[in-house]
Amino acid sequence: MIKVENLHKSFGDHEVLKGIDCEIQSSEVVCVIGPSGSGKSTFLRCLNMLESITSGQVTVDGFNLKNKKTNINMVRTEVGMVFQQFNLFPHKTVIENIMLAPMKVRKISKNEAKERGLKLLKKVGLSDKANKYPSSLSGGQQQRVAIARALAMEPKLMLFDEPTSALDPELVGEVLEVMRQLAIEGMTMVVVTHEMGFAREVADRVLFMDEGIIMEEGRPDVIFSNPTSGRTKEFLDKVL
Amino acid sequence: MEGRFNWAGVIDFLPELGTGLYYTLLISIIGLIIGFVLGAIFGLGRISKNKIFYGISSIYIEVIRGTPVLVQAIWIFFALPLITGYNMASVTAGIIVIAVNSGAYIAEIVRGAVQSIAKGQVEAGRSLGLTHNQTMRYIVWPQAFKRMIPPLGNQFIISIKDTSLLSVILVPELMFQGRLIASNYFNAVEIYTTVAVFYLIITLTLSYILRMIEKRLDVQ
Repeated sequence: MIKVENLHKSFGDHEVLKGIDCEIQSSEVVCVIGPSGSGKSTFLRCLNMLESITSGQVTVDGFNLKNKKTNINMVRTEVGMVFQQFNLFPHKTVIENIMLAPMKVRKISKNEAKERGLKLLKKVGLSDKANKYPSSLSGGQQQRVAIARALAMEPKLMLFDEPTSALDPELVGEVLEVMRQLAIEGMTMVVVTHEMGFAREVADRVLFMDEGIIMEEGRPDVIFSNPTSGRTKEFLDKVL
Repeated sequence: MEGRFNWAGVIDFLPELGTGLYYTLLISIIGLIIGFVLGAIFGLGRISKNKIFYGISSIYIEVIRGTPVLVQAIWIFFALPLITGYNMASVTAGIIVIAVNSGAYIAEIVRGAVQSIAKGQVEAGRSLGLTHNQTMRYIVWPQAFKRMIPPLGNQFIISIKDTSLLSVILVPELMFQGRLIASNYFNAVEIYTTVAVFYLIITLTLSYILRMIEKRLDVQ
């Protein structure tokens, strides 16, 4: 599903990603952990071209992102993204937030979009909020709407950029529960997170990033109990 | 002091003042509609990555903001025809002055409002597969427009008052008509007071309409 080869990303003189190689299979759930400033979010944002690629190759769902002929909007229809700050559209109701892209990009009818939206709201447990504006929802509810909005495009892959970092602690669980359900259903997911419990329990594979490279990767039980890299061990000692 | 001013006599001049009011409103409305279009275009120019579009927009805004309306009016009506060899009707010149002048200020209002929309909104739209134009149209513009209303209202009021300067290029608007009457009938106090009240009525009405629009949009 995703193939990354020697990915470099610089902002001006500052090199954030210093050569990332990784492959992610269909239906795999990969959690990316690591200290702040290690390039986790930048790596994730390169996967749907919210950040341009400085050098290297990134292939997503068969599309070569470095190729200028690739229609990036086409790629993005297959790649859902959930942001730390939710980024719901404040001038639209919950259901309108969800219906917009399927109608404008997938060109499905209003009725079909609405039906799909209501089904997704039911899935994330917010059927009663369809006609509310985002500002009247809690952070956890907003993030669940954001997940439903991304799912409405029926993507093949979902990217999560620290989806629970902006939430009050008591609201984290409801969002992780929705994500756990998605993982069980077989969605391919790449999750940048500080929720080690979630990574340990749900991930098929954990990537530990530090200073712009993947320091270590492996099954969560191995990474969390027997890290080989000293940096991984040091990081886990601090956060666990 | 009794009887020194003939307030009742103002009624006799209402037809002339009415003509003035008509031209003031005509020039304000058409000028501001064109000004808004210019402002939207050049406001987007100021945030465009296209260097030529950005450059033209910046020059336009800086030149217009950096020179007085009175000079612009006189230049367009008296100087421009000497360059182009084409004489313009004073009302046409007046509309151009208001449009071009308000356009520069509105461009800055548009730029500020669009830039104030969080970057995350654009990223959310683009990550859903919407094109740049769709994201602007469905996500950025509706939010930006709401933020533009208070400063736009302010600019509209300033431009309406600026139309009074067009009297120097012989536009038969409210101020021009007032001066004409006052210099013929020596009733400066009555006429200029009436003229001021007319302007006040226009601007207060506009303020009221804008408040209503703001209130309606705020329901969300």
